[in-house]
This record gives sequence, structure tokens and C-alpha cells, in this order.
Amino acid sequence: MNRSRRVMVFLVFALLALAISVSGVAAQAQTVVIGFTASQSGRYNVESTRQINGLNLWLNQVNDAGGITLSDGTVITFSTVFYDDESNTDRVQELYTRLATDDNADFLISPYSSGLTDASSIIAEQYGKIMITTGAASDSTYMKGYSLVFQTYTPASRYLTGALDLLASLDENAQRIAIVHENDKFSTDVSTALNDYALELGYEVVLFEGYDSGATDFAPFINKIQEAAPDAVLGGGHFQDGSTFARQLYEKTVEPGFVALLVAPPEPSFSELGEAALGVVGPSQWEPLAQIDASAAEAAGVDFYGPSSAEFNDAYMEAYGEEPSYHAAGGYIAGLLLQKAIEDAGTIETQAVKEQLDAMNLLTFFGRIQFDVTPEAHGLQIGHSMMYVQWQGMADALEKQIVWPPEAVTADPIYPIGGE
Amino acid sequence: MCLSPSSQPSVEKIGSSLSKAVFRGGYMDILAFLTDGLLIGFVYGIAAMGLTLIWGVMNVINLSHGSIIALGMFALYFLFVSLGINPYIGVVLVAVLGLLLGMVIYAVAIHRVINAPHLSTLLATFAVNMIIIGLGTTAFSTSPRNVDFSLGSMSIGPVTILGTRAVAAIASVLITAALYYFLYRTTLGKYVRAVTDNRAAAELMGIPSARVLAFSFGLGTMLAAIAGGLIATFFPFTILSGTTYELKSFVIGVLGGVGNPLGALIGGLILGTFEGIIPYFLPTSWVPVLEFILFVVILLVRPTGLLGAKK
Repeated sequence: MNRSRRVMVFLVFALLALAISVSGVAAQAQTVVIGFTASQSGRYNVESTRQINGLNLWLNQVNDAGGITLSDGTVITFSTVFYDDESNTDRVQELYTRLATDDNADFLISPYSSGLTDASSIIAEQYGKIMITTGAASDSTYMKGYSLVFQTYTPASRYLTGALDLLASLDENAQRIAIVHENDKFSTDVSTALNDYALELGYEVVLFEGYDSGATDFAPFINKIQEAAPDAVLGGGHFQDGSTFARQLYEKTVEPGFVALLVAPPEPSFSELGEAALGVVGPSQWEPLAQIDASAAEAAGVDFYGPSSAEFNDAYMEAYGEEPSYHAAGGYIAGLLLQKAIEDAGTIETQAVKEQLDAMNLLTFFGRIQFDVTPEAHGLQIGHSMMYVQWQGMADALEKQIVWPPEAVTADPIYPIGGE
Repeated sequence: MCLSPSSQPSVEKIGSSLSKAVFRGGYMDILAFLTDGLLIGFVYGIAAMGLTLIWGVMNVINLSHGSIIALGMFALYFLFVSLGINPYIGVVLVAVLGLLLGMVIYAVAIHRVINAPHLSTLLATFAVNMIIIGLGTTAFSTSPRNVDFSLGSMSIGPVTILGTRAVAAIASVLITAALYYFLYRTTLGKYVRAVTDNRAAAELMGIPSARVLAFSFGLGTMLAAIAGGLIATFFPFTILSGTTYELKSFVIGVLGGVGNPLGALIGGLILGTFEGIIPYFLPTSWVPVLEFILFVVILLVRPTGLLGAKK
């Protein structure tokens, strides 16, 4: 081999080495760790499982698509670290501390429920971690001066107020309402806000009373409702107590014209109550029936991000073989918002991602997303709104319909219950 | 009439609530509250009977009582939903399963520590409780189940009685009577009472105390499972639902007298009446406060319970 040929061979190898090293930089990969707790045991097991299913669906979709590529070429994929919080506040604080320190999670997702989320928010803020909260609607968590906690759900203060707007649209003579609610943080916050709103609208609140979490016998409350003879009964708490309350109202033949309960009615299994479910209204953070896609965003004059409602619905059905509830959608949206903020920030630096979340104003399959950025209520969800569903049809073939707000309705509401 | 036209909903004062009661309608209204309280009281009684029997006979505080009640609920649910068996026939099968389960639990977890300090049996039954709840959560999740069975209802004025609750009340009375008959009229029942009174003396008389104790534990769990089965006919439930009844069973045990079936039934009725009547006068959140005041008063004034327990 002569000299010039040796030089050529050297140059080829040098170029190859350079190309390999450059491509190595361009394809630099980074795994972002998302930490959270799941209620794999205890009373929130069902809702939490669905929430985590939704989050995992988002994560698998992103990773299967090769991750997200930042402006500097870094490819981000996601992994999770999680523990069973046993639906227990004390466990949550202990485990989120571990996630933030020992596991060094880059970002946090909240547990399910307002109480557990409130406990984990303190830890997220203390250790300087961004936390997207989902499955948690209480307003008070965001009134504590936190700057890194961002809420996806419509807050409790607006959770059931739309039900009163619906009632007002149906019957201007309805005056007397009874509020019977679970004595936990979320339900009490919702009911207190509802009570204030009812008084503001001129309703007479003839009964306002709470029941213990885990209550199964609602006879004392139903007797009081019978005595008070309200036009509407509102309240409830979570799935089990809400479905029990609805069943016992029906069994004891107490039929106020309008019943709106928290959490339970939007769940698909609520229809197993048969005739007891008929006509019961429930607020929902999201419904598969609602068609939210890019065209809706265009009409609203905001950007659309992520899959449409139909795409999310189909993907969830394929992955888990059941229709997604709003808890599942809440899990997915938490991941999706984090993805959007990281993409826009071009980095996973906490401050840069926080700034993108602060500036966020967009439409997703889950609905409008925008956060309060005032110091008084930083992170509170101000863009998203509730939908109200009602079970309609025959007892053995009930269908869930959206009956409020007017722009989303899929069927006329049944009113009064038992009147048709 | 306003029960609580409140701009401060979370704070309701006893005085104002009592004054509201004065304005309430006639005695028919309170009858509705009383009837519901009594009907649930019968079920509390049967739920407490198993706990108090084990407590009285073996001096074991069975912390797995609540989870066995929950298993009774699930057993009835699967018999009804999967096999289509009438719930009241299902309760009989649940009783047999409860008896066998209790004897197995005794042999595996209790027998070796029966003579150890109380803390050992307490921890052993607590461990059984955690195992049942853990396995139950894995197998059934905490998703509520519902036995969709109805016997209709009957209304007399403001009082509405559900058929399933009425049957549960009648069953409670029959079971109490049967338990009395068993304990006082049968040889095996006399063995149980003999072991309860003095285990050493019973053994000297040739009574196989280990087998009697195993049977007694099985009897206690059988009653818990029956209670669970009956409750499942009118309340939805999860694997965690037994805890509420376990807690009430402790109160009833102290109230009626440990080891006394009739005491348990009467204790249950008193507790049920409390739960029925108190909400007529006060916000329902006062119920546990007054229940536990009653609990402390009974402990101070009559620690052996209203019907006078043996020890």
C-alpha cells in the first residue's frame, strides 16, 4: 500500500469515527423518572387503578413511539417508580419523600383523592419537584402558596354548581334543596361551595348534613329528606357510598324530582343499580361521549394537543378491554401535560418546565387546560369545566347521556325522576 | 320545614337541633327513625354474637371478625351471582363454610397460642385479618359488589320496611334462639359452656377441650359469616366492609355482656335504636359520640354488661 492510499484509508476511518460520534451525540437519550403512589389496596383501589391505567397508557404510547425529541436533539423516554400508598395519608408522605430523595424522581404525579394529594403536595413543594395532580379536586391544596403543584381536574368549588344551573333551567319553581355529603375533604369542599352557590341563587337549603366515610346505612338521612320534602337532593361522596345512597333512596320510595351525586353516577358500573340509577345526575370530569378534537380547538381559538377523545377511547379500550372512566382519562392527561411542558421547555429543568406549565392554555381530549398563576391560588385549574351525565332508558338497558352544559348535551334531561 | 337552613353548614348546635325537634310533626315521624334503627339493630346483634361467643368461651379477641363478615358477604354474592342460588339458601351454605373456615383458622393460627398471653392471640387474629384483606383485595379489588335481590317493601304511613331487612331481623331472632338451644340443651353445647367456665376441670371430666375450642371458634366465625351474608342482601359491600361491624360488635359485646347471645342481640338493638333515634334530634355525626359515651358508662357502671357476663 503506497503512502497516498494509507492516507486515504486513515481519512475514511477518521470520517467514520467522527460520523459515529456525531450520531451518538444527536441520538443522546435520557430517561425521565416519574414518581407516584397508587392505591393498590384500601378504599381508593378502584379509582386509583384506573388512574394509573391511564397514565401507563400515555407512557407506553410515548415510549413505543420512540420518546420525545427535544430541540437540542435529546430523546426523552419515560420510566416510572411507584409504591402502594394503601389509601393512607401517612404512607403517602413517607413514600413521596422516598420518591423525591432515594428514587430521585424527576417529576411527580399525585395519588388519587384530594386528601392523599394534599399530603403529597407538601412533599413535592418541599423537595422542589413539579407535581401534576389528578384525581384530586379540592381547591384548598392550591391556596397554600405552592408554586410547583398543578391541577388537572375542575376544582371542587365548581364540581356540583353546574347541577344547580341544570336544575334552574329545568324548573324555575324548584326552591328547596337537600345536601347530604360524605364527611371527607373533597366532598365537604364540594358541598360547602354548592351550599354557598345555592344560597346565592336564592335556593332554600333545607338539609345540610354529612355522613362518615364508609357509611352503608342511609336510612336516618333518607328519613330526614322525607321530612324536609326537598325538590332536589344533591351531595354524595365516592362510588360506594354514592351508589348505596342512590339505591336506598329508590328502595325507600323517596323520589325527589332531581338527584345529583358526586363520583358514582359517571362510573359505568353505576348502571348495575338498574331502576335506582335511572335519572340520577352526576358530574364528570370527562366522558367518552364528548367529542373533543382539533376542530373544537379551532372553534375555541386555542391550540389542540394530544389525541382526540375518540383516539384516547379506542386506545384505552384496546389496552384494558373496558370503557375508560374519567379517572383513567385523568391519569392519561397528567402524563400528556407533562410531555407538552417538557417539549415546549426543551429541557427537563424544573424551572423551565414550570414556566411552560404556567403559560399553558390549550385544548386536549380531556378539555381546556389552564392554570391559575396568581400567588393566591397558583396551580389551580381554571380552564377545565365539568360535564353532567344522567342515566336514561330502560332499567335493563340504561345509557349514560350528557345533559349539561348545553353545548355538550347528547340527550334531553329526564325531569322529574319518575315523571316519564 | 327546615331541618338546618344553614349558612354555616358544618356547625350545627345541639340546642337548635333539640328545639327543632319540638316543632317536628307527630309521633309517626319518630316511628320511621325508630323502625329503621331497630331493623339494623337486629343485624348488629347477629354480627356481634360471633365475636362475643369467641371472646366469652376462649378469652380471645378475634380481630379477624370483620374480614370474616366480609368473606360471608362475598360467599353469598358468588353463590347468588354465579350459581343463581336464592340468597336465603345461600346463607345456609355460607354458614357451613364459615364453620369450616373458623375451625381451620383455629387449627392454623390460634391453637398454638391459645394459652399464651392475650397479646399473642390478638396478634394471631390480626395477622389472619390482614391476610384475608390482602388476598381479598387482590382477588376482588375494593370495587363494591351488590347482591341485586329484592323482596319489595311495605309502607305504613311514614314507615317503610324493606323485605330483606325484615327477613334479616327474623333470622337474627331465630339464630339467637337456636344458639340458646344449642348451648343449653345439647351435649356439645354443654361441653362448650363447661370449657368456658373452667377449661382444666372440663378436661379432667373427659371433655376434649381442644376440639371444643376449635368448634367454638368455628361457631363464632359461622355467625360472622351468616351476618355478612344477611347484610349483603341489602347493603353493597367491599372486602373492607366488615370493619364497621367489627367495631360495633365490640361495643355490643361490652353492652350486652361477653359470651351471652341474648345480650348480643339486645346490645345490637340498643345500638340500632341509638343510631335510629339520635338523628331525629341531632346531626348524625353525634351518633358515634353518644354511642361511645354509652360504651364508657357501661364499662364504669356495669363492666359485665347489661345481662351480666359470666366473668
